[in-house]
Amino acid sequence: MRTILYILQKEFIQVFRDKTMMPIIFIIPIVQLIVLSYTATFEIKNVNLFIVDQDMSSASREVAATFKGSPFFTIVDYSASYDVAEEAVLNNLADQVLQIPNGFEKGITVDRNATMQLTTNAINGSAASLMNAYALNIIKGYNSNIIVKQLGLRYPPDPIKVSAAYWYNPELDYFTFMVPGILVLLVTVISAFLSAMNIVKEKEMGTIEQINVTPIKKYQFILGKLIPFWFIALTELAFGLVLAKLIFDIPMVGSIGLIFFVAGVYLLVALGLGLLISTLTNTQQQSMFLTFFFMIIFILMSGLFTPVQSMPEWAQTMNQANPIAYFIDVMRMILLKGSGFQDITRQFFSLLILAVLLNTLAVWRYRKVV
Amino acid sequence: MKGFIIKEFYHIFRDVRTMVILFGMPIVLVLIFGYAISTEIKNTEIAILDYSRDHMSLELSNKIISSEYFLLNENLTDESQIETAFKAGHVKEVIIIGDHFARNLEKEQNASIHIIADASDPNTANLLVNYTSGIIQNYMRDKFGEQGMPITINTEYKMLFNQSLKSVFMFVPGVITILLMLVSAMMTSISIAREKELGTMEVLLVSPLKPIQIVVGKVVPYVLLSFVNAITILLLAFFVFGMPVEGSLVLLLAESLLFIIMALSLGILISTMAKSQQTAVMISMFALMLPTILLSGFIFPIENMPQVLQWLCNIMPTKWFIIIVKDIMLKGVGLAHVWEETLIIIGMTIFFIGVSVRKFKIRLE
Repeated sequence: MRTILYILQKEFIQVFRDKTMMPIIFIIPIVQLIVLSYTATFEIKNVNLFIVDQDMSSASREVAATFKGSPFFTIVDYSASYDVAEEAVLNNLADQVLQIPNGFEKGITVDRNATMQLTTNAINGSAASLMNAYALNIIKGYNSNIIVKQLGLRYPPDPIKVSAAYWYNPELDYFTFMVPGILVLLVTVISAFLSAMNIVKEKEMGTIEQINVTPIKKYQFILGKLIPFWFIALTELAFGLVLAKLIFDIPMVGSIGLIFFVAGVYLLVALGLGLLISTLTNTQQQSMFLTFFFMIIFILMSGLFTPVQSMPEWAQTMNQANPIAYFIDVMRMILLKGSGFQDITRQFFSLLILAVLLNTLAVWRYRKVV
Repeated sequence: MKGFIIKEFYHIFRDVRTMVILFGMPIVLVLIFGYAISTEIKNTEIAILDYSRDHMSLELSNKIISSEYFLLNENLTDESQIETAFKAGHVKEVIIIGDHFARNLEKEQNASIHIIADASDPNTANLLVNYTSGIIQNYMRDKFGEQGMPITINTEYKMLFNQSLKSVFMFVPGVITILLMLVSAMMTSISIAREKELGTMEVLLVSPLKPIQIVVGKVVPYVLLSFVNAITILLLAFFVFGMPVEGSLVLLLAESLLFIIMALSLGILISTMAKSQQTAVMISMFALMLPTILLSGFIFPIENMPQVLQWLCNIMPTKWFIIIVKDIMLKGVGLAHVWEETLIIIGMTIFFIGVSVRKFKIRLE
């Protein structure tokens, strides 16, 4: 026990002495929490619409006015030529083109059947389908409007009334969804990278030889490396939660104690992974790359940005070894829905197994003989 | 000079682990983005609370769960179970069908259905509600026939540049950019910082090599590596996902080369500032990688960000490069359309080289 205390003392001194590392550990994550939360959104708030009006009638102007009145659409320009509009799309000035062909008004008043063309820049597929849906919705509204206005008809109400409620986030606020996930990301990146580079640094510097010749046991050495980062990461999580509450007003329905309890186990996984990588590699460059490689796969597949249930079967199976996916799930469940321990047992025990596994491997892989 | 470049090549290629990652990473990333990352709704687990349990409500429930979007997790019997179901996490939506569904529908044409969605993921919740309403609408149409619209406006729609709305089209330009940045900027900055940290920089500085030769020698291997990576991604995108290069391939490669040079000069700049590898990594990580991913329009559209962040995006070289790649690959435009972006990257390159030259010290403290 005394031995571990000495190693801890050494590690703490080393971390706090490094003047460049302190801001990296504490300030950068905060900045990132703020920047990330504002950037990471799939919401479409504004669509730049180009209107090609070849009809020049009161009906076509009415359509344009309907779009203008919608908060989603900004009309960037009008023209009578589709080519001009397409040029605007090519130059990224417009996202969508609404073409009202000649004879549109006549179609409505005489034939009772008119046609328009909607062209969307679909490089970003999911945004394109949203933009398309918004526009079609507005056109549909316009359609029923003219029926009421021109023919004085009343719409019969639908036989089944569908109403919807959005629980846990009634305003459909995107921050509420993203911020808990981003907190996980920040503590993970910091703890995994710091621990991954730590032992390898001693290897590169040659100072590990000095530790190897002391009577320090393997598990004591690993524990001594693990505990300081564990504390730093937990402090950071606490700090992050306070900011999430103050800046983004994230609801915290569940037990904060439970979050820290799970976080305690989760950080052992993240640090264990870092330490294992550290024992496997010889240079900081290698260890950094290996960590980066795992991190990016874990993060992308974690459900932070996209729902896990829409991934293919094999990806979901792979995800059972993904600690970030478990912890993001747990954070969202506890913070937003107030889930209790009985709801998160699967995630908790999976994390526990990963923690034991990774740290045992790290101790086992750490060789005193170079 | 030639000898020095050969030394650098040995240095890099000897490190098998890093090599495997460098060549494996583009493949893994493109595959993940192509297959696993999707915002589509599929097989979402839902629960149904059916108070009627008559022939029509069962018919409708069947219709909903037999669609590819939904899977039935459980049938609830009481409203108090809703909360428990949501808290356990699997169920994302609960559909409540009111009393006497069939009777109300057949006699009075007035039945009601309530949908509760777990909006802790707002996007998914929105889509789920839309899909469910859509299925219910279809059911009504089947039962009661089409409500003829006295006036119809048809909208024909066309998706430009990506007709089948594949998300991989959106991600490939981003993955190329990230990897070029990673290999060029991060690897160079670390490799120079390493020579400093280990003291071998001193050996190089006292050799007859000029500083400029040292730097060029350091970066040449990475230019090659980055290039190979970019080509791997393009080939994968083409053969696995059918993503075309509509514009000129030569122009695309030339722009990539320009971007690589920019990234390398940025890497050199970082290495002149960082004394240790750890600092170099942290600067690269936080100053390069995250902005590259987040502030470049790679995953999240820039137009939706707050104004301040949009300004910040403008100083990210990656933003301009992603625009160039998308324009050339998908829109098929030529230099006439991307000359502004190209000039911006050239300007940035000159700036980074200028600052590095000023900061590069031939003496160590």
